[in-house]
Formats: sequence, C-alpha cells, structure tokens
Amino acid sequence: MRLRTLSSPHLHLNHSVGEVMQKLIIALIPGACALVWFFGVGIIINCVIAIMVAMLTEAVCLLLRQRSITTSLSDGSVLVTAMLLGLALPPTSPWWMTAIGTAFAVLFGKHLYGGLGSNPFNPAMLGYVLLLISFPREMTAWLPPRELASVSLTQFDMAKGIFTGDFGFALDAITSATPLDSYRIQSSLELPETEIYQRSEFGRFGGYGWEWVNFGFLFGGLWLIHQRIIGWQIPFSLLGTLAICSLIANVVEPKLYLDVLTHLFSGATMIAAFFIATDPVTASTTVKGRLIYGASIGLLIFIIRTWGGYPDAVAFAVLLLNMAVPMIDHYTQPRVFGSSREIDE
Amino acid sequence: MNAVSHKKIILDGLWQNNPGLIQLLGLCPLLAVSATVVNALGLGLATMTTLVLSNMIISAIRPVVSDEIRLPVFMIVIASAVTAIEILMNAYFHELYLVLGIFIPLIVTNCVIIGRAEAFASKNTIGISALDGLMMGLGFTLVLLALGGMREILGQGTLMANAELMFGPRAEWLTIQVLPEYRGFLLALLPPGAFIGLGLLIAIKNIIDKQLSSQSTLPVTREVATTA
Repeated sequence: MRLRTLSSPHLHLNHSVGEVMQKLIIALIPGACALVWFFGVGIIINCVIAIMVAMLTEAVCLLLRQRSITTSLSDGSVLVTAMLLGLALPPTSPWWMTAIGTAFAVLFGKHLYGGLGSNPFNPAMLGYVLLLISFPREMTAWLPPRELASVSLTQFDMAKGIFTGDFGFALDAITSATPLDSYRIQSSLELPETEIYQRSEFGRFGGYGWEWVNFGFLFGGLWLIHQRIIGWQIPFSLLGTLAICSLIANVVEPKLYLDVLTHLFSGATMIAAFFIATDPVTASTTVKGRLIYGASIGLLIFIIRTWGGYPDAVAFAVLLLNMAVPMIDHYTQPRVFGSSREIDE
Repeated sequence: MNAVSHKKIILDGLWQNNPGLIQLLGLCPLLAVSATVVNALGLGLATMTTLVLSNMIISAIRPVVSDEIRLPVFMIVIASAVTAIEILMNAYFHELYLVLGIFIPLIVTNCVIIGRAEAFASKNTIGISALDGLMMGLGFTLVLLALGGMREILGQGTLMANAELMFGPRAEWLTIQVLPEYRGFLLALLPPGAFIGLGLLIAIKNIIDKQLSSQSTLPVTREVATTA
C-alpha cells in the first residue's frame, strides 16, 4: 500500500496547472486584441517569437535536467510567461531582443531556481528588466497609437523592421512619449494640467488607446476572479492603493501629479494587477499577506511612476515585492484552527 | 609544526581552496572591479603583491607578537603594505590608479589577506608563507581575470580594452575587438552581471569537480558493487 503525503493547502479547487494556464491565456485575449489594434502587428510578432524561444529554452532546460519534456511543456506555464513578456515589449522591439529576454526569463528566472513552483521572481518581469537596463533605447521606443501617428508605419514595414532593423524611417522619428512619460515631461515644464490633458496622448479618461487596452485586461481579470483562478485580494489592494495615493497627491497638487483615472487606465496598470502580480508562484500565499503584497506594489508603482525615470513602474515594483514575499508570508501566517493563540515559531 | 607540502599549497590557492570561488572572500572588489580585463588584472596584481608582502612580514614577526594583540598588529602590517603599493601605483600606473580609485586602499579590508595572515602566515615559516600568499593571490587574480574577460566580451565586445593604462602606449595592440560592430550588452557591465557571472563561474567549477570526483571514485564504486 502506498500512502501519499500531501502538503497544504488540503482544501483546494480541482484546477490542474494546465487548466489554470489555459484560462489565463484566454483572459489575456481582450487586452491583447486592444494592444494589437492600437499598436500594430508588432505585438503579435513579439508574442510569437517569445513563445517559440520560451518553448525551445524550456525543452533544452528540461533535457539538461533530465525531466520529462512533454508533461512540463504541455502545462502551458511557459506559454503564459512568454505571452506576458511579449505583450510588455514595445511593438518595434527587434527580434533578437525579444529572444534574449525570453531565454533569460526561462533559463535564469525559472530553471536555475528549480523550475515551475520554485522561482522566487516573476520570470516575465525578470526578462523585461534585463532588457530595460541593457537596451534602454529600444525598450522606451513606443509608437503612438494608430490615428495619432503623424507618419503611418504599414503593418508590413513593421514586421520587416522587427527582423531587419529597417523600418523605412528612423525609429526615433516615429516614436512618441507614452501618456505617463508625457505627463512627467509636461508637468516639469510647469504647464497647467488642463492644457496637458488636452494633448492628443490623453483620451477620455486615460491614455489614448491605453484606456481600451487596460479595459481589456480589466475585463479578462474580472473573469479570472469569477472563475476562481486568482483571488480578489491582490488586484483589489494594488488598484486601491494606487488610486488612494494618486487621489491624495492629485488633490493636493494637481499640477504636479497625474489624476487617478489616468493612473489606473494607462501603461501596464491592469495587466499588472490581474496577471503579473497574481502569479501564484511568486506572490504571497496568505490572505493577509496578499493584501499587504498588493498594496505595497500599488504604492511602489505610484512612487516610481511619479519620481522615477523609467517609462512604467510595474516590473521593478513586482520584483522588489517578490523579494519581500518570504518575510510577508512569515509574519502573516493564519491562526491554526482550534488553537487560541498564534503558534510559536 | 607540521610541514605543509608545496604541492598542496599551490593546489589549494589555485583550485581547491580558491579565495574567489570557494572561500568567497574579498567579493566586494571582485564584483566591483571586474568589468574589464585590465581593471581586473590591475587589482589582482595589487592584491597578490599585498598578500605576498603581508604574509612574509607576519610570518617573520610571529615569534615576537603575542597572541592577545596579534590582530591589530596584522592590520597595521597589511595597511602599511597596501599604502606602499598604493603610492607606487600612483607613481607608475597613474591612469590605472585613477580608474581603480577607492578599491586600491580598500585592499586593506579584503578578507583574503587577514584570513591568510591569521590562518597560515602566523603559523608557518617565511618561505612557505610567501608561496601561500603568491598562490592565493594568483587564484584570486585568475578568478578576477575570468570574470573580467566574460563581462568585457559580453558587455562591450572587446578584450584588454585600455591596455595602455597598464602597459604604456606601446601596448595598444593588445586590445582585441572580439565582436566587431557589437552594440553592447549593458547588463554584463553593471553589478548584476558581476553577480550572475560569479555564480556561473562557481557552477562551472562545481561541475568540473563533480566530473573529476566521479572519475576518480568510479573504480571504487565498481569494487563495492561487486563485493556487495
């Protein structure tokens, strides 16, 4: 007779890893479609390159580690990593950059720590940060959303440019500041805020185009909560903290600080709240811990966006909090049922 | 006093007890100054000279230093040696001295040096202590060079860039453009590159050790298997 020992949690939903990852990818689709609509076919190419390189790297790692290739590849976790990274990169990223970032994410972010379930850092964000600090010029080159572009880059030219580096234009001439960048630059010029929001990068309540992208990810994320794939704690506390901080700052000094809705509906806010911060491996595992974890990421996003020099703050905020997860988990262990006090260490 | 064989000292310093890969001592300069081969070589040689000098002096004065005050005495000896080397480098390798900056006076705080003084030189004769200092310093320098080479090729696609800082203007030909028209990989030159690079070097050493030990133990295990 074989007695199986199971580690906690003992009560859980009957989701297999493959099913969770499948639903995560489905939930990414609305936001991804909006990104492709506004920023072009480059996003799709990024994702395809990322997925191919990620599968290949994963297969090589598993071979080296003498693990079963088919079971680990078919669970789709590496697919989610690749998708998240592909969606985070600018649409004009050269192919080799996407490949380096993805290979680093899978090899250094995941397998050096022992594979799925053992990695302390979110692999996709590790790959993103590697690229951001190594190739700052390419990583900050965002195209303006369609309809705002002064020179339109055809989809064919974009695809060609990704592989050859030749877009038909100097890339610097057709890229533009994202809404988050733009507000930082314009407010430092001491323009009145009403004038800044009149600029074409800003839409009805967020960044132009970016508001739809964020809506897409919000929609997908809410569906994930409904499907019980992710808990409500992290997205709720992350968005709540970001909203409260930006509200206070905006009320005190509207000229210097971006308003709440633009914070929530620009850049990577929603994909971070629902898809990146909620990664079950690298996030906190206790209920109280998740609230702290989400809130701290929200606070860091606000701080780095407001006073930092990078286009967005999500990757750094998530990685910093990944580092704090063991401590958060340690101090937020729930009371064991039946015991009157918290258990001693 | 037990005699220590020369072969063991050489093997320890270069491989089995390497200060950079096994003892993990003096990591601060190791990680900070290994962005290029020339910087690595400069700091490695300075550290090696300090180690030989301090080991010899400490070994020479060991009969007259009482146990209670040995650490302050060792520190003064090491600090004097480093100061002398710093002044010499300022005079003869001024450019390199400026590049390495604070890390030359900081050799005083390099744990390898006080570590060898305490663990080896204070218990052994002058000659053998000098050999230990030389081998430990060489081991440290080799790790620095390996890391510097890795980071320089990956980071900027060259090897021995700025060789003239060390060997004078006639040595400019030493600079090799390994990867022509390379666009650079900033991460390798930044601190994370040093940490990742050192981690990989240690991993490579462990793999080699594992291979060696499996080769040497193979006949034994076979013997055990047949007797069992």
